[in-house]
This record gives sequence, structure tokens and C-alpha cells, in this order.
Amino acid sequence: MTGAAVLSRAGLDELIAALIAEGYRVIGPTVRDDAIVLAELGSGAQLPSGWGVDSAPGRYRLRRRADEAVFGHSAGSQSWKEFLHPSQQLLWSADGDGFSPARDEPVRIAFLGVRACDLAAIAKLGVVLGGGAHPDAAFARRRAGLFVVAAGCTEPGGVCFCASMGTGPRPGPGYDLALTERTDAQDHRFVVDVGSPAGERVLSGLTRRSANGAEIDDARGAVEDAAAQMGREMPAIDLRQLLADSRESPLWANVADRCLACGNCTMVCPTCFCTTTQDSTDLTGEHAERSQHWASCFDVDFSYLHGGSVRVSGASRYRQWITHKLSTWHDQFGSSGCVGCGRCIAWCPVGIDITAEARRLAELREASGAGEEGPDEQS
Amino acid sequence: MSSPDELAGSALFDRLTAAQLAAVTEAVREVTFAPGTRLFDEGQIAAGCWLIRDGQVALETAIPGRGLVVVQTLGPGDVLGWSWLVPPHRWHFSATATGAVRALQLETSQLLALADADPALGYPLALGLFEVLLARLQSTRSRLLDLYGSPRER
Amino acid sequence: MSADIQSTAAAAVEHDGGGETMLPVPHRVTGRREESHDCVTLRLEPCGRALPPFAPGQFAMLARPGVGEIAISISGDPSARDGSLTNTIRDVGAVSRALCRTRPGHVIGVRGPYGTSWGLDTAVGRDLVIVAGGVGLAPVRPILLGALAARDAYRRIVLVAGARSPAELLFRDQLADWAARPDVAVELTIDQPAAGWDGAVGFVTEPLAQLRLAPAQTVAFVCGPEPMMRFSASVLLSKGMAAGDIRVSLERNMKCGAGLCGHCQLGPLLLCRDGPVVDYARAQALLDVREL
Repeated sequence: MTGAAVLSRAGLDELIAALIAEGYRVIGPTVRDDAIVLAELGSGAQLPSGWGVDSAPGRYRLRRRADEAVFGHSAGSQSWKEFLHPSQQLLWSADGDGFSPARDEPVRIAFLGVRACDLAAIAKLGVVLGGGAHPDAAFARRRAGLFVVAAGCTEPGGVCFCASMGTGPRPGPGYDLALTERTDAQDHRFVVDVGSPAGERVLSGLTRRSANGAEIDDARGAVEDAAAQMGREMPAIDLRQLLADSRESPLWANVADRCLACGNCTMVCPTCFCTTTQDSTDLTGEHAERSQHWASCFDVDFSYLHGGSVRVSGASRYRQWITHKLSTWHDQFGSSGCVGCGRCIAWCPVGIDITAEARRLAELREASGAGEEGPDEQS
Repeated sequence: MSSPDELAGSALFDRLTAAQLAAVTEAVREVTFAPGTRLFDEGQIAAGCWLIRDGQVALETAIPGRGLVVVQTLGPGDVLGWSWLVPPHRWHFSATATGAVRALQLETSQLLALADADPALGYPLALGLFEVLLARLQSTRSRLLDLYGSPRER
Repeated sequence: MSADIQSTAAAAVEHDGGGETMLPVPHRVTGRREESHDCVTLRLEPCGRALPPFAPGQFAMLARPGVGEIAISISGDPSARDGSLTNTIRDVGAVSRALCRTRPGHVIGVRGPYGTSWGLDTAVGRDLVIVAGGVGLAPVRPILLGALAARDAYRRIVLVAGARSPAELLFRDQLADWAARPDVAVELTIDQPAAGWDGAVGFVTEPLAQLRLAPAQTVAFVCGPEPMMRFSASVLLSKGMAAGDIRVSLERNMKCGAGLCGHCQLGPLLLCRDGPVVDYARAQALLDVREL
């Protein structure tokens, strides 16, 4: 972090104003409806100053902090995917014999306060939606115009496990600027790391000073210490193989007794990307439209085929979700699909904990003696 | 009379030793049927078993209003006739050669006598018949699934 | 943002002919043939821009605006290079019904080609055994057309096709033409008794079981309802074929066909990208798991 800078709390407000002045829509955290949500910010005054979060399986509550930290929270119900991969979007319209793509006006979006887990999630969405043979051009356009201000975590939440997923708490590459917030009796400051030429340029227009060695060490140390304070952790085993070995595990029936198949986990998960399409016409039938919206593999209709669905039981649908997230994502996209943000744990109405289920699967596999001979299917 | 070579390769006999195969061969002769020949009738006492070599045999039953309905055809490699082995020893369907048919005909009364006298032969022979029967059962069940039916019909 | 993201955006625009991955390309229906009471073969020609050529086994996403879009394998001659497409559609739902009801002159939307091909070029010099059940005969027809167009490149060609009844056998004229050829063996069989049919009555695995195969020399292409493919593959394996030489065409719900919507997963496979043609060495374990 050589050449790191320090912004004051006022400097952060300046950053937001500067981005707005450059034509960015600045999306960042704010308090609304007893939660911290991601919304368009008009100024730094809208940041959730002094708000923290208590998160646990099936539980999320705001609490007042003793300080005025603006990034002292985690695991809100939304992730940044709403702005890159919107929950609803028009794909095309058809009149007569022609198909016209929906043209989104070019919007430049700035994300303020992206955690390491969410930064990793954006990169994974980039692989899925932008890295295949047929990229999602709208996603690619939105991401190309993105300005990312990451936030290093110093206080992981009760459901966080980014450290054991290898995605945090220190933000990985992909940011233009990264801020580590430090607040104490003397000072409320943000140690800034520059991640790109665009970040350098924006930073150069702000009131700032150089960070000294002690400040840099303190910022880095605080984030490193956070790795040891995670609320939970994923077992340190080959999860991809574990799920592949567990297709007939007795766990699925057990989970099915608890899981409501409500799909909350897929909505709050920052990497869940599945979509479905919807067709509509006007009354004359001359004008037709197709739109796309988020879909969940917990929906029975998700696997509709030949008059019925392939995955009818709740057990099979839960198995599909966790297997895709932790295992087959590797086969399809070259990495894990889970970033350890813990949202699925906090926002599950019955408090199912993906790390606990993985642990249980490992125990059941060991108990059954399976997995000792090695994989019998192609990897 | 046929040679043991002609019997080899059929699932019916591949569990028999060379000596057993030789004994069974005594009970086998090659036959031909002209097109339209009725090999046996539904309800008759069941005797005889055929290993089809060429041509097609239709298993059928008469249904008033539908006529003579072919429920199954058998072709080269297929075994025709099992009702001789167990009670009530009567044919369940009729069998007709739909074209010219060449087959190996097993004299089942001789086979039964051989098997009664020597269980060491009877058992593998019964297993061979069972294997053929099982395959036929699986195919019939597959047909019952109506796999090619449309979801609209369900 | 980083340079590779920008180049991805540019590539996205260029890749799909300047348009978007999900934007259908208008094609006009120029031919329509009723194959059976619920199957129609449509011949489509591009209204303007043509799509890249489709290989046997690949599929298109066919759209009727306002109704929906479904994945349909190509069923025609793969050597056609005029941009025309042939698809055989069975009326089983709202979208397929709407597609079956189109008439010459109507315009529908097409996206593709998507998916893996039957890989006929990798079977050169070998025996081809093609096993089709019901409407599964449509996706394998391009294999036959392609192989017959270069007949000397292959050794034996055997087609074993099952249908529920004679009336539901597709492409009957072509089946008769192929059966009349000395260099192709055609075994047809029906499941249900039918008046006026003097051919074989039995499940498709029955004539398949009686085939004499040189297993090491054979490539099998199997297409039809999933249980029929499992049962047929089981027969072929018992004849000594390697699972890797048996290719099946798999199906799951598809909303995009392009690897973006996540619907068509079968375990680790995305069938729009890793399928629909999958070799049985990969597919067998997956097909054995219920509700996967």
C-alpha cells in the first residue's frame, strides 16, 4: 500500500460529491425500513453513520454503535447484483416481423462500500454472465462503466465466513479505490488504497493527505485481525468433492424438514444469477415484449420438463442449490460460487446455516465410509 | 440334428458345459416355416421351444371387434415359447410366421427328461430361460410406461 | 474498470452479430410438413442476417413473440449452407403448439446454434448405430443425412427406431428410402399393437439387443425419452461397448440456451453448453440420481 492516502470523514463526502459531479449514480448503504439497504446516495449524509448490525441465523437487527462509523455493518438483504444484473429488465420488443433490443441508457454507476466478499461476488458474476461464449451484453456494459470503492472489513458480522472461503476480509483486485475505515476518540479517517488509474484520477481531486507507515500498518492489521473474528467458518475440506460424494446423503431429507423452499437465500445471495423470461403482448397482439427476471432454483417450476418438474421434492431443490453453490459451480465456472458473505444464513427464515450443513455432510460422509475410495466420476 | 456351434451364442445355453451342450443338441433340429404358418394356438398344450434364426414370428390374440392383434413380434436371436416349462403348460398366445422363418426347434419333452434326470443341467438351462424371459419382461414393462406419450395425454 | 472487462463488452457486441445474446433473429417459415398428429417439421429461412451453420445435435431457441421460446434440435440436412434451418416440433405445450401452428410466411425468432454436436466427424471409419425413440428420431436425422452424404467415410450404418404406433413414426417416406438402401440397415418397431402393421412389435431395446456389434468399432447415438436412452445404453453396454462410445442427447428446462439462465443444469453439466449431446461415461452416473 505504498503511496496510500487518508481521507477524513468529510473527504468521504467529497468523494461522493465528486462522483456525482462526474455523472455517476452513487449506490451505497443507507438506513431504511429498519435495515441497511443499498440505494442511490445524494450525499454522504445519507450513509448509515453509527449504525451496526447484529446478524445470526435467521436474524438481522440494526443496533446503535458507540461511534459514527459508516461501514460498521454487514450482510444486508441486498447485494450489488441488483445494479449489475437487475431483478427485472426488458430484453426486447417485437412489432410486426422485427425484434428490437431494449436499449438501456448508458448509466455510469459507482458502488460505495463494497466488501471483499461482494467484490469477489461481482467477479464471479463477471465470469458467469460475461465470460462465456455468449456474454450478457447489458451486464458487460454496466460492469464496464462501474466505479468501485471497496471497503475493507474490520468487524465481521455473526454470519460472516469470507476468510474460510478465501475471499476476504481484505478486498481482492477489482476496485478503483479501497477504503479501510478507522475511527477512535481522536479521528475518523479512511486509509485509501488505489486500485486503478481511474481511482487515482478521482482521488487526486479530493482533499487528502498521505498515510504514514503506522496508519498503513494499523489499517492492514485491523483487516487481518478481522480474519480471526469471523462469525463462523466453512470446513477446510474439498467442498466440491464433498457435495459430489453426497448426492444420496441422508442430510437432504433432514434439511427438507426445515427448509421452506422460500428462495430467500437465492435472492440475497450475491452470486445467484438464475433468471427466467416472461412474454407479454398488448391487446391487439401486434406488439410483444420479452422481459427477464430473477428466478430461484427453489421454485418447483424452475425444473419444469415434459409436463412436470424434475426436482419436485424440497430435498432435491435444497440439494441443487447448495451443490451448485459449493461444488458444480467449480465444474461450470472454475471456482466456488460462495463468497462467505453469510446473507443466506441471516435471511433464512428458519436459520439454515450453509456452513453447518456442509459440516454435517462431511460428518455423514465419514460415518458412511464413503469418499474414501476417491471420486468415481469425471471431474 | 444341429451342431453345438449353432446353439452357442444364445443366452439360453451359454451356462452349459460342452458336454451338457452336446446332450442338449440331441434335442434340437433345424426347421423352416412357410409364411403364414401357425406354429401354435392359444390354449393348446404347450410343447416346443424355438430359437429363431431368420424371419419374424408374431404372437397374437383374437379380440372381438379388433380382430387378430399382434402383441409382440420375435425375430432372429429371439426365443419363442416358454409355456412348456411350468404349469398349466398351455400356450397363452398364438404364434404365426409372418414371413419365411428358419428356426432351431427344441424338443421340450426331451429337454425336460434330460433336466429331470440331471439337475446339474436343468439348473443352468432354467437360468438361461429365465434370462431371456427377464429381458422380455423388462421390454414389456418399458412399453407399459408409454414413454413416447405426450404430456398432454396425462 | 479493468481492460479485460471492456474487451468483454466489445466482444459481446461483436459476437452475437452486433446484437444481444437474447435477441431473436427473424426467420420466415418457408415450409411446413405435418409428420404426425402432433409433430410438425418447419423449414425456416432468415429474413435478413443468417445464423452460423448448425451441426447435427445442436439446437436453436425458437420464439413466437408474445407466447414464448423453446429449445428445439435441428432435424434437417447439416450440409445446407444457405442459412436455412429445419426443426421438428412436437405440440406438448403453449409455445410448441404456437410453433406447430405457424404457416409459411409467418416470421418467428431464432437464436443459435447452441450446444454440443453429435460429433459425426469423430466417428469416421467406424460403425454407426443410431437408436431413436419417438420424437427422438428428429435430432438424429441429421446424423443419417450427414453420414449418407459421405457414405464411404463410415462402415456400417444401422438405425433402430421405436415409436408408439406406425402413425407416430416420423419421416416415414425417408425411413422407407433408407430401408431400401443396401448400405443402411433400418429396424423399426412399435410399442403398441396396430392394425395394418406387419413390422416388428416390441420395445426399441429388443431389435437393439439382437444386433451383432463390433463394440470397439462402434459409435452409438441414442436419442429419445430419458428412460429409453438408459435402457438402450444398458443393452449397448452389455454388448461390450465402452460408455464413452455411446452418445445421448439430454434435455432440461432452458430459458436462454446460452449459459446465462442457470436452468439447464444436470449436476456439473450445463446442457446448453456441455450438452445436449453428452457421452454416456459422463452421463450415466448423473442419470442414475433421482431428481438431479
